[in-house]
Amino acid sequence: MTTTRPLAGSWRLVRLAVRRDRTVLPVWIASITVLTWAVVASYAATVPTEADRIATATLSASNPMTRIFDGPASGASLGAMSLVEGYKVFAILTALMSAQAIVRHTRADEETGRAELLGSAPVGRHARLCAALVLVLGANLVLGVTTATAVAANGLAWSGAWAAGLAVAGTGWVFAGVAAVGAQVLSTARGANAVAGGALGVAFVLRAIGDLRGEITDGGLALVSAWPSWLSPLGWGQQIRPFYQDRWWIAGLFVALTAALVAVAAMLTDRRDLGSGMVPARRGPARASRWLISPLGLAWRIQRGVLLAWLVSVAVFGAVLGSMGDTLEDYLAENATVRQMLLSLSPDADLMDLFFALIMALVGLACAGYTVQALLRMRSEEVSGRLEPLLATAVGRRRWLIGHLLIAGAGTVLLLTVSGLASGLTYGAITGHWTEGVGGFLAAALVQAPAALALGGLVLTVFGLLPRLAAPITWSALAAALVMGQLGALLDLPQWLLDVSPFTHVPLVPAEAFTPGPVAALCAAAILLGALGVATFRRRDLVIGA
Amino acid sequence: MEHVIRTQGLVKAFGRTQALNGLDLEVGRGEVHGFLGPNGAGKSTTIRVLLGLLRKDGGHATLLGGDPWRDAVSLHRRLAYVPGDVQLWPNLSGGEAIDLLGALRGPVDVGRRDELVERFQLDPTKRCSTYSKGNRQKVAIVAGLASDVELYLLDEPTSGLDPLMETVFQEVVHEITARGGTVLLSSHILTEAEALCDRVSIIRDGRIVEQGTLASLRHLTRTTLHVTTRHPLDGLDGLPGVHDVVTTHDRRAAGFEVEADHLDGVVQHLGGIGVLTLTSAPPTLEELFLRHYGSEPARPDGTDVPATPRPRRARTSR
Repeated sequence: MTTTRPLAGSWRLVRLAVRRDRTVLPVWIASITVLTWAVVASYAATVPTEADRIATATLSASNPMTRIFDGPASGASLGAMSLVEGYKVFAILTALMSAQAIVRHTRADEETGRAELLGSAPVGRHARLCAALVLVLGANLVLGVTTATAVAANGLAWSGAWAAGLAVAGTGWVFAGVAAVGAQVLSTARGANAVAGGALGVAFVLRAIGDLRGEITDGGLALVSAWPSWLSPLGWGQQIRPFYQDRWWIAGLFVALTAALVAVAAMLTDRRDLGSGMVPARRGPARASRWLISPLGLAWRIQRGVLLAWLVSVAVFGAVLGSMGDTLEDYLAENATVRQMLLSLSPDADLMDLFFALIMALVGLACAGYTVQALLRMRSEEVSGRLEPLLATAVGRRRWLIGHLLIAGAGTVLLLTVSGLASGLTYGAITGHWTEGVGGFLAAALVQAPAALALGGLVLTVFGLLPRLAAPITWSALAAALVMGQLGALLDLPQWLLDVSPFTHVPLVPAEAFTPGPVAALCAAAILLGALGVATFRRRDLVIGA
Repeated sequence: MEHVIRTQGLVKAFGRTQALNGLDLEVGRGEVHGFLGPNGAGKSTTIRVLLGLLRKDGGHATLLGGDPWRDAVSLHRRLAYVPGDVQLWPNLSGGEAIDLLGALRGPVDVGRRDELVERFQLDPTKRCSTYSKGNRQKVAIVAGLASDVELYLLDEPTSGLDPLMETVFQEVVHEITARGGTVLLSSHILTEAEALCDRVSIIRDGRIVEQGTLASLRHLTRTTLHVTTRHPLDGLDGLPGVHDVVTTHDRRAAGFEVEADHLDGVVQHLGGIGVLTLTSAPPTLEELFLRHYGSEPARPDGTDVPATPRPRRARTSR
């Protein structure tokens, strides 16, 4: 039956998947839609006149920072300008929404054994993957329509609005496909999500390089991106150029890549057993080494794989970002007008220092993702029932917690150090400016640590007080910090709201002076929130099962 | 008798669901105490309260003379726990998991550990992610039973074991009691409880409904008799303590149940009729159990027991 009808039962599974995600996906879709609406609406207030818009577009096209972080300038229309700036955040959120949903309905089900139960029913071999894809690709179509509506609701033309919806939905499709492949190759949900996260990083870097090396056109108002942008799905999202060129044919690129990824995932499904990955499990030692036998030793064993994967990623990511500094320097040397323009915006700051600081602000946020992930591991130990036999031995709750805290805290600092060093050393090797590069990047990276750890403190508090909601609350907090950091100024959010994000308080070292006050406050917040989490966890029931 | 476990009026609620409802449990030193009840009756919740993993809402609980919540760590050095549904770290080998769980409690008797690994036919070099449920269960059993402690809390320890391994498990429990260890064995496998337990407590809806030795509990229930007689059987229905009489057409053969207290009277009555054959079957634990959970209102003292247990949503018990 399964060989002849590999998709049997898919429709029932789609309905099951919709039922399971009836809250999660609508919340994601509504959040991204409202965010889109707000970005476009507040952009109109930032640049009210035609003259403002032309000046801003000219600067965006020539400013290397905008090219790296936002994308290619696409003319002086309100729609195009707001979407170029907002797309990076919409794309990251949509990619995360899609990848997590795919993994939730594929690999995560295999890990928990739910898939086995379904696999015993008259359900075809490809039915679960098919159902997950129907759900997520469908959710992205809905998201495309709602974001287009949100753009048009600001009084903009529908044609450009649909193009914007296509950019968002297409990005979601591709990362759904990436996650589908990841879920077949790796045997854990965590690993599959990491594949999607890594792909997102690569896509960002390729687009940043392509746009940094682009050429100005259209009387200085737009940028023609270099070829690396075309290797990146995030690049495609920008190359649709809503309200400028509305290149519909790029939809074909999204569909073709998604189809190819789905085909690979389906092929891999045929070649492996349920529950296993492509990498077979090896045998292990018959006895435990003495390094394993302590709460810290076990925590290290549980956490080391994730930390190692993050270390490699930030090292590569950091090195690539550092290497862009060279192009940036050359560009600034050749373009006296751009230099003047940028200096007029921030007369005190050294431009390269600003570059170090902005790069590391983004890296700091990514490293906070590690902090959250590493600390939430405690919750998954609890949910799965693995914590129970451990706490039935002579290990106290505080001792167990501290093992994970040490690794998550030290891991965060280590990640920031490595990314700062990787960026600094590549930058130094290319430009010869070793001290400025290494010193600047390292300072800019390490100053992020207190903010990441303060977010970690929040994870602990929620883990202690609301264990069932630990994952959704803390991941939402990280997403909110991303939105505030990248779009806070544009959205004209009130200062008190921005102040909630720990990253708002991080000084732009080395472009700005180091301010001990806020940094000390962040450290204090991390310690207090952490202590609150430890104290509440010691007083509560173990909550096993989600 | 010295009590290793003693709870009085133990109460635990999860939201609106009352999991433990005034539970009184007493386990004496050196005994194997069966803790019997269907799924969702509150067995695992009780054991988790005794382990300090859940916090009681009311009542008293002492374990090895200490407070299970406050003294958790020091008490855990003196006990071993085997959960019913063992989850292990997928990237650790079985041997590593055994050593880890054993050594975090206290010193491990390596010889005993190796002996149990051998007897339970466990391959300790395989990754935990590749173990079947039965093999995961063996890991927890070896880790728990290899340690020489005062008290063993076993929560449906043999679920997933094959009958051969079940026999090995029973042997090992006998060895433990021979050393003077105390065992609380939660189970719904009644043959296992009959083979191992000195005393049992039956839990229903978060409350102990029967407690005592197997013999005393049997005394509370009915013996099944099958009899053939020379003369017609008359007047059986009218005798006190006789139930469920089924007779043949010629009224010279019958099967029926007799309450233990009235057995004497029934035998005297039968003596007058001329008994040809008589078989008597003592109540099995299963009958005992069904009497408490089945459809019959069957307390010997006549109190009514509801037909089926209330459905409950137990969040933390399996």
